Formats: sequence, C-alpha cells, structure tokens
Amino acid sequence: MADLKCTIAGIESINPFWLASAPPTDKKYNVVRAFEAGWGGVVWKTLGIDPPVINVSSRYGVHHDHKRRVMGINNIELITDRPLEVNLQEIREVREEWPDRVIIGSIMAPVEKHYWQDLARQVADAGVHGLELNLGCPHGMCERGMGSAIGQVPEMVEQVTRWVKEAVDIPVFTKLTPNITNILWSAEAAYKGGADAVSLINTVNSIISVDLDQMAPTPTVDGVGTHGGYCGSAVKPIALNMVAEIAKSPDTGNMHISGIGGITDWKDAVEFMTLGSNAVQVCTAAMVYGFRIVEDLIDGMSDWMDEKGYTSVAEFTGAAVPQVKDWNELNMNYDIKAVIDPDQCIECGRCHIACEDTSHQAILMKTREDGGKLFEVVDDECVGCNLCLHVCPVEGCISMKEVSAGKPALTWPEHPLNPMKQAAE
Amino acid sequence: MVGVVGIAFPKFRLVSTLGAYQDLAKDGLWETTMTTKRMGLSGKPETAAEMAARFDDLHPPYNEMMAMTESNRCLYCYDAPCTTACPTSIDIPAFIRKISTGNPNGAAKTILEENILGGTCARVCPTETLCEQACVCNELEGGPVPIGRLQRYAVDHFMEADKPHPFGRKPSSGKTVAVVGAGPAGLACAHRLAMLGHDAVVFEAKAKAGGLNEYGLAAYKMTNDFAQKEVDFLLEIGGITIQYEQRLGDNLLLADLSRDYDAVFIGIGLGDVNDLGLEGEDKDGIHSAIDFIEEIRQAPDKRDVAVGDNVIVIGGGNTAIDAAVQAKRLGAGEVTLVYRRGAEQMGATDFEQDLAKLNDVIVRYWSMPSGIKGNGKVESMVFEKAELDGGKLMGTGETYEVKADMVLKAVGQKLLPSGLDGIELNRGKLVLDEKFQTTMGGVFAGGDAVASGEDLTVQAVEDGKQAAHAIDQYLSGM
Repeated sequence: MADLKCTIAGIESINPFWLASAPPTDKKYNVVRAFEAGWGGVVWKTLGIDPPVINVSSRYGVHHDHKRRVMGINNIELITDRPLEVNLQEIREVREEWPDRVIIGSIMAPVEKHYWQDLARQVADAGVHGLELNLGCPHGMCERGMGSAIGQVPEMVEQVTRWVKEAVDIPVFTKLTPNITNILWSAEAAYKGGADAVSLINTVNSIISVDLDQMAPTPTVDGVGTHGGYCGSAVKPIALNMVAEIAKSPDTGNMHISGIGGITDWKDAVEFMTLGSNAVQVCTAAMVYGFRIVEDLIDGMSDWMDEKGYTSVAEFTGAAVPQVKDWNELNMNYDIKAVIDPDQCIECGRCHIACEDTSHQAILMKTREDGGKLFEVVDDECVGCNLCLHVCPVEGCISMKEVSAGKPALTWPEHPLNPMKQAAE
Repeated sequence: MVGVVGIAFPKFRLVSTLGAYQDLAKDGLWETTMTTKRMGLSGKPETAAEMAARFDDLHPPYNEMMAMTESNRCLYCYDAPCTTACPTSIDIPAFIRKISTGNPNGAAKTILEENILGGTCARVCPTETLCEQACVCNELEGGPVPIGRLQRYAVDHFMEADKPHPFGRKPSSGKTVAVVGAGPAGLACAHRLAMLGHDAVVFEAKAKAGGLNEYGLAAYKMTNDFAQKEVDFLLEIGGITIQYEQRLGDNLLLADLSRDYDAVFIGIGLGDVNDLGLEGEDKDGIHSAIDFIEEIRQAPDKRDVAVGDNVIVIGGGNTAIDAAVQAKRLGAGEVTLVYRRGAEQMGATDFEQDLAKLNDVIVRYWSMPSGIKGNGKVESMVFEKAELDGGKLMGTGETYEVKADMVLKAVGQKLLPSGLDGIELNRGKLVLDEKFQTTMGGVFAGGDAVASGEDLTVQAVEDGKQAAHAIDQYLSGM
C-alpha cells in the first residue's frame, strides 16, 4: 500500500483527506467519529466572537440528479452557534486524544485588527496545528461584513491575512471565495499578506431551486428564502479550474493549496492534487454518505498510486499543472474523428440525433440488412468534438482516433488565417 | 427456451453470474420472478377476501417512486425501436420522459393520442414480444425498461385525476357511422371517428361494452372493473352512443345498417370457438375456455364460479393459460394444460407459460386429444403422443389417460359468419382492401375478424384507428 502521508503548509498529515469547516466538524462528537473512520484531519467549524450566532430552520436545499442522487447542496447555515470556550475546550480534548490527527481552527471576525488577532491567539492557544481564515461564506455572515464580504476585496484579504500572521506563529490558510471575477486577485492578496496556504473553494452563491407552491427559493424559512452557498460534486469543475489557475500562476509563489469543492471519491481527490492541491478537504460527500467514505478515498488513491508506481503523494502533486495551457497554446493541427464500434452499439440513436440536431451532421443512421440500425461517421464532417462519445450510454462504444499524425504543431498565434498574425508580419 | 428446473428455482438463477442474469432478463424471467410470486394454491379459499386476493393485480401498479426509478432508466432513444415495435406506434421515449419529469398527465396524452385503449394495452399487451423485446436496454444490465407498467402508471394517473377528456372533436361532418361490436377495434374506431367530427352508433351483442377486455381476459389482468372505466372515459369525447344486445344476423342486419348510416365498421371479433373434433364432445363438464373466462370475469364473487377438481385445458395460446391459471386459483385440485406441440411452438408468451408453472399448472407437450371417456359426464381424456415427422405433426400411437371432471377447450376461435352475407371471406376471415374496406362498398372492418388480424388487443386498436381515418376519407369523397 502506497504511503499517503502528506505535508501542507508545514503540517504533516497521515493522509491528505481532511474534513472541511462545516456542520460535520461542529463539535467533538462528530470530529472523534471522523477520526475513528480514518480522516487525517479536520478544519473545525468556523469560530467567531461571542456571543455565538443563532441559526435558522430549515438550512439545506439540494440539487438532485434523475436518480435522486445529490449533485449539490445549498446551505444557509452560519458559523458555529456554540460559545467559543465550549469549542476551544473540545479542541483541546481532541488534540490530546488524537495526537496524530490534524486540527485546523477556522475563524471569522469583522474587519478590525483586534478582533482577528485576539481570536487567532485564543484558537492557537487551544493547540490547533494551523488557522484557516474564513473569507468565503456567501450567505448571512457577508451581510454582517464578514465572510465573502471580506474575501471579495483583495485589499481586505491581504490585510486580514497579515494581521493574523502577525499574531500567531502557526501556519495560516486563507480560505478563498469563488464568488469573484478572478481568483488570482484574492490568491495574490493572500500571498502578499503572508499566507502559508490558500484553501479553496468556499461555496458558490446560489439559489438551488424554487418551491413552486410557496413561490419562494429553497430552502424556505417561513415561506421565504435566501441565496445560499452551493457545494457538492456539481461545483467540482469550478473548483478544479481555480485551483489550477493558482497552481500555475508565478505570482502566488509556491503557496500551498488545500483543494476543496465536490470531492466525493478518491479519483476526485487525485485530480485536485494533480492540479496542485497539497491536500484536500471534503464536506458534502460526508454529509450525504457519512464519514465511512474515507475508506474509499484511502484505498482508492493508494491502489491507484501502486498501479502508477507512485510511492508518495508528492510525486503526483501538481503533475497535471504543466499541461494546463491557455487556448492560444493548443495545437490546431491535431485532428480526431469519432469511431463507433458496431459490436458494442445498442442502437439507441443518441449519437446520431445529438450530432444531427446540435453538431455537424456527421453521423448517418442507416438500416442494416437484418433490419437493425447502423450508425456511420462521416469523417469529412466530423470535427472531433466528442459530443457523441459523451452522450453514448455504452462506455467504450465510441472512441476518438487521431488522424493528424505527422503534422507539425500549429497554434492560433502562428496560424496563417489569424488576422492578427498577418498584421504583425 | 427456459427449462422447467430454471423456473421451479428462479432464485438460484437470480444470484448466478451476470451473464445468466442477463439471460434471465432476456427470457422475461426477471419480470416473472420480480412481479409474480408463487401462490400457495391449495384448495378453495374460504372467504371472499381470500378468493379476491387470488384475483388481485398480477402486476401491482407502480407507485411514484417506482415509476421515477424505472422511467429514468429509459435512454430516450431516437427513432426508438420500442415505438417501431408498437402496433399503435406510441411515442414511448416521449411518454416515459414525461413520467420522469413529473408530467404523468402529459405522458398519458402522448399514449392515448395513438392508443385510446392504452390503459388496457398497458395491462394485457405481450410487451415481452413487442416494445420491451425491442428495448435497447436488453443489451445492458438491468434488462428492458418496463414499458407496459410505466404506461399503466401514466394512464391510470390521468384517469384517476378526473381530468377533462384530453381530445377534442373537429366540427361536425353531419355524418354518422354504424360500428358493429364494442370491442377494442370498434371502440377505437368510434373514438377516432368522433375526433374527426363524425358521430358513431355502436351496436354491441352483449350487455356490456369492451369486448374481450370485459369478457375475455384473465381477471387478474383487468382488476377493479377497468374495462368499463375505460369505456366511460372513451365515451367522454361525445358523439358516440352504444346500443346493447344487438347481434348481427339476429336482431341487426347489415343491409339496414348500410342503408341507414353513412358507413359501417365491423369489429365483431371471433364469436365462435373451434371444436376438438372428437366423439363425446357434448358430454357434461366440457366447456369452451372463453365461456369459462367470461363467467369468472362477470362473477362479483369468484367463489360462485364452478370449477372441477381435475381440470384439463387443451390449447397453447394465452387463452389456454388464462383458463388454466384461473382454474387453479379458483381451487381446482389439479390442472393439466395439454398442447399438441412443444413449448417453443406455443402461442402463449414465455411469460404466460412461466406464469402457468408458477401457479402449479401441469403442462404436457406433444399430446393430441384422441378420446373422451365418461358416461354422460366427462371422466377422463385420452391423449396420443405426437411428434414432428418431416414438419408434419403425427401421432406416435402411444396414448395416455388423464382424469378429468372438467375440460376447457382453448384450441382457437373463429369468425361467426352470421349476418355477413355478401361479404367475401378468405380462410374464414373478412377480406379487406388496403383502405380497410370489405368487398361490400362502404363497409369497413378491423380487429380479429379480418384476415390480417393478429389476435392482439393492441392490433385491434390500431385497426380501428386506421379504419376510422379510411372511413373519414371515404366520407369526404361522398
């Protein structure tokens, strides 16, 4: 079994799987259950300045797929609603009982130096391995000038990070909100403020559905609703892109990344890490299935590493980053065509109608001698878009074959039809 | 073909390898084992409730969760093979998608616009040889989408919602068509004629409408008086009246109809049954399976239906199975189904054959009835073993005897030609041109009575629908 130990922001963890700051890490009872299940660390649910907040009922809305599996959860819950000292005492206890596991304290405060520094010192004194600055919550707390209200202003991100770094000598993770135009602005601000790592993404601002009887956004609270934070597998693509942008940016140094956003299985975790995450955080999948999913995260990643010959997670961390390019760097001479395997085809016609109605009319539907259907690719019309492959219900029935072997690479800036190139010549 | 052992121990098949599981799905056994269970059929039930339980829905209706789960398995094929396989060409992917989006009323309209008797067809169609056989999911794990049961879910949902009739009528043409027979063909024809703006007067020989839907199908396939509910629903469109106990060739004459109406449609089905051609066939205890099934269907309390202790059913079609299974459920001690050829030649679908076995019906193949014994009342029957000799069925000379106090004949039905003088028949069925017209001008026909008839409810519905369009054309040319 491969070694899953990892180091992020100088903190060593038995595996890269931490629970994100959220309801699953709200109190000792949950955290102990998580450690028993095998999680390497937790980011404790965000601590604030007393008096504690008061939460509403109800709190979650869900986006289901056709089979009623949860694709995403939207929540309107605030930070911990328990007194600070209760949380700190429990943190102290768990730290003592589970010495090999990581506890990060997530904190949130109004934009005033003494609030952030006092809170940071109090939490650090409880023995946490590091602090995570919650600058991301897009609901509730932002209306009080906290959460994403701070995270959306790069100057404030830098300022808050700097205040906390000045106050404590443990690693600081700045947690970023995706509800911005350019993630690099806030990542660079965190870097300038001295952050040891960034955690991203926090939840995406959203209305998850409308209750058509109450005519109100869900989850409804006494007949009305509010926008909430969206998480779960549906946000994974958004998170992967933001992680990759930071990983490949020269302006964020070698700042570590704690990847968050819809990680549900080991493969998701591996993908985040290949795009530059040094460790990952999980929340929604645990909320949907319970802490036991960590078993699959652990042995799935380990087995994959054995197969690929990796002996440590560091060997593949960031491995995909060099291959993340700008569109202008893509080879325009690369050409692929769809190939349909008639032996695997079940004749549903989905590839044909998708191509015929919405793409390039490159798949003909013909009748075989025995009355069955035959789907035939017209290579001259096929642009290699992959749509047929993706809509086909039989994995492996449609593949794409390269037909451009031997042609030199050619990018758009070099392309003879690019008017900007002609102008430059 | 599935062997007897496989059926007797279906659970062993279910836990076997994936390959066997897929075979199971293709054989239709998956459906069998999932939706019917072996009933403890021992003796006659004491109470009405116990008896009613034996005649409850063969396939219980889906609830919303089951309908959602199954509808979401549909791949929404383009130019779908299930639709091609459906005699009425229901847009099956469209209606299933509507179920999956929480639009069951829209699904019902999609079904009913091609098949106004979609509720009955959902219950009685041999889907495993039609739409579900064509389903591309047969090639995938999980087997075909249960199209019939989803269709029932949608249509039942609509009919139970007490919605206004989903179809309107074109402006009145002032024309009236006589429809003979209120079975699936006649009802479908009348409804489509009404949509097209014509009035229809339906003449029905029996006291109720519905034809075989009301009288000729096993009670566990058509529970809760569904046939009559469906007739009531169909009549909501308006412009259709039904006159009962009007029998062609008896108190109803084709010449009068031709004279009094703008066109005539004949959908009388097959009103007569074939005989065994044996001496002693008139002995007490020997009945037509059709009459037996009708008696069961019309009995409010099935305990009132007389059934023998040792019952022989002769035949290999779905009617034979309906009779045998119901005889067993009524409390017959031993029911033996005897067919002159093998399982593969049976007209009954694999599902129906499995159903008989699950209901402890003894099935004997390759046996021809050769004698009836008994003094006034049947006491036993003699069968001669048969085999194929150069494609021809021949007796082997070897015989055996089966004890019986009741014999149910299900060896096919035939057209009762009374009242059809002047219309050409071929092999005992009505001859039609490509426009559903008989050899008598202005007289159209469809359903089991015509040469192309397939003895399928769904085909009769399609015939009636297409004949209505042909009649519409004919009337517009008048």
